[in-house]
Amino acid sequence: MKKPGNEIRRKPKKRAYRWLIYAALAIIYIWAFAGIPYTGIKETAGQITKAIIAGIFSPDWDYVYLPDGEDLLRGLLDTLAISMLGTFISTVICIPFAFWAATNMSSSRWVSGSGKMILSFIRTFPEIIMAILFIKAVGPGSFAGVLALGLHSVGMLGKLFADEVESMDKGPVEALIASGASRLQIMWFAVIPQVLPGFLSYTLYRFEINVRSATILGIIGAGGIGTPLIFALSSRNWERVGIILLGIVVMITIIDMISGSIRKKLV
Amino acid sequence: MNAKPSIPIHARPKAPSRLKHVLTAVIILLLLWGSAVQTDSTLSELVAGLPNMLDLLREMFPPKWSYFSHITEAMLETIRMALVGTTLGAIGAIPVALLCASNLVKPRWVYYPVRFLLNLVRTIPDLLLAALFVAIFGLGPLPGIFALAVFSMGLIAKLTYEALETIDNGPLEAMTSVGANALQRIAYGVIPQIQAHFASYVLYTFEINVRAAAILGLVGAGGIGHYYEVTLGFLEYDKTSVIIIFTLAIVLVIDYVSMKLREKLL
Repeated sequence: MKKPGNEIRRKPKKRAYRWLIYAALAIIYIWAFAGIPYTGIKETAGQITKAIIAGIFSPDWDYVYLPDGEDLLRGLLDTLAISMLGTFISTVICIPFAFWAATNMSSSRWVSGSGKMILSFIRTFPEIIMAILFIKAVGPGSFAGVLALGLHSVGMLGKLFADEVESMDKGPVEALIASGASRLQIMWFAVIPQVLPGFLSYTLYRFEINVRSATILGIIGAGGIGTPLIFALSSRNWERVGIILLGIVVMITIIDMISGSIRKKLV
Repeated sequence: MNAKPSIPIHARPKAPSRLKHVLTAVIILLLLWGSAVQTDSTLSELVAGLPNMLDLLREMFPPKWSYFSHITEAMLETIRMALVGTTLGAIGAIPVALLCASNLVKPRWVYYPVRFLLNLVRTIPDLLLAALFVAIFGLGPLPGIFALAVFSMGLIAKLTYEALETIDNGPLEAMTSVGANALQRIAYGVIPQIQAHFASYVLYTFEINVRAAAILGLVGAGGIGHYYEVTLGFLEYDKTSVIIIFTLAIVLVIDYVSMKLREKLL
């Protein structure tokens, strides 16, 4: 038998080609489903599910504000602060990266190619792993979460920024070159005004994503609402889980709405 | 009309006030400052932490390659989880997406509540879902699969219903005029228009899920993530680096293949 890869490349007949794909898919799926160890549902599953549903629908309202110590509002505020600062750090870091990776900003393809490589390398790192590494470096707490988000977002934000720079109109730049402007002046008067709305819009979009990520950073000890959540989960305190989930859902919904309306104004 | 020779000063167009920009900048700075206070983030702490970080990186090299064979099984489990989770989610997303599309379901009281529920589902991060499902089903890949399925359902359903609302109405009207019922309209009018998009979204979600599945093990939901915890807990950073490199390689390969497939689809 020939290697399946060769046959795909030659594209023999449409039907044969299709059947080959279906067969490959079937094999992959058989492999995937057969490998799942069906351990059976825990006997207590029904009970726990009932307890969870009951707890989630009767949230622990007292937890929203406690005069002393950790409560929902403080946790959410912490999460918000982590995502805000993380987004800011990554925006600052990724601007030079974006210009490095944009093909129209560099003379050779190798330069922009290497920039793009670095960005996609950063992108593939899950932020949780980065958070774990930062916790080892600066100790557990919100700061580790800030750094993890800040570094992780550089990957995606840098790519989006680079796309924005690439889609820029060359006219103003050329006009400024023709009138003898310096590189800095070209940047300031031709490039920045064009890319700024796009940059801001992507930053806001990334902020939305970061709020979502920041809610789970606490699970591994990097601050925010995730820490009380994982405690509540492990102590089976479903009323508290309920109120925290509700808090997260409300916060994310509000932030999405605000940021969405600002983004509409920008672009 | 005897107009004055020049427009009076107060009627001349003024340059837009800079006050708004200044105020925006001040608010942003205040927010950032407040965030820094709230999270105890200081530059000095970062500088103080840098040597620690360098130590960590030094300990990660050279990677202990022999650990590689130890984690292949867990890695395969991760891919399996992502695959099964995405598939279940994709199947679940089909009816939800159809119910959400305002051009297919006319009554408002159907698609608004479904969309609202869909948005609720999408606000819950996958790791949280996994933690919840671990509480229900116990440790192992099963809760991970369910978490990914719910998460994928939310994502695929959203992308699909947005694509559904942009489909061409012509074929649907033609079928209505010859008396096709709702099921026939969907089978012959909607599916042929949407299937390539749908497949592309499923692939895209699969890419995301491979990344997500790699960390679900942190909360006990199976796959490679468990080994992050183990190796970091025992301070075996040379093993951690093997896991990281392995995960990166798998993610890159899957991203590349899926990107090529998606290019073919659209």
